[in-house]
Amino acid sequence: MERIPILRMGEYLLVTIQVDMHDQLALTLQDDLTAAITRYGAHGVLIDISSLEMVDSFIGRMISNIANMSRILDAETVVVGMQPAVAITLVELGLSLPGVRTALNVDRGMRLLGALRHASPAEVADDRSEA
Amino acid sequence: MIVRRREVIHLRSDAEIVRARQAVRAMCAECGFSLVDQTKLVTASSELARNTLVHGLGGTVTLELLEDEPRRGVRLLFEDHGPGIADIARALQDGYSTGRGMGLGLPGSRRLVNEFELISEVGVGTRVTVVRWR
Repeated sequence: MERIPILRMGEYLLVTIQVDMHDQLALTLQDDLTAAITRYGAHGVLIDISSLEMVDSFIGRMISNIANMSRILDAETVVVGMQPAVAITLVELGLSLPGVRTALNVDRGMRLLGALRHASPAEVADDRSEA
Repeated sequence: MIVRRREVIHLRSDAEIVRARQAVRAMCAECGFSLVDQTKLVTASSELARNTLVHGLGGTVTLELLEDEPRRGVRLLFEDHGPGIADIARALQDGYSTGRGMGLGLPGSRRLVNEFELISEVGVGTRVTVVRWR
């Protein structure tokens, strides 16, 4: 079965979505990621969506689900690289991705994960504050 | 108004939703849409194609490249012969869902297009027509 690869980088997991995902593939990724968090005891998940040309409500819900499930499993999720056209469309569609942290690129996303991991929740500022 | 090109895609599986949105993207590019406008219509098509598959139990989408001097646009017609929608007003409300989604499919895609028409009859099927002009 077709799968999106999950890379392990120290205590983090890295996923780069590079294909136009059909719905079942998105659901499989959700399952695989939660399983991988548990298996590796990961403390962070970085999802790079810079190649995604569209995020509809189904993919949006998958991203929200991953963020919420990983939080329960003691891992933070940061979504990076959203294309401007995708962001504009998401807002008009009515999707605000509640509970999902975002950063502009992989670099900032990794720094945000580090900050989330090593600071108390009150000390962690949003990525925008460092821009 | 002239239809420059017409294409029909069956919607019977997840993979065909992907095919439909790729075909919509190609037609938007052909029509000269900006990237933002392309993304909006592709996203709307993904929502509506999923509705056709999940709620309409499969159907078709017809893509049309329109020319109505001086403007050009893309029209999408989603058709199914599924159970139909009993309460259309409610189906068009944000957050109302009977399926696996977030209830954004119809109201959300309506916001992403210039023209939106929904015709549905219980026991007969549903037809959604959307147009986005360049």
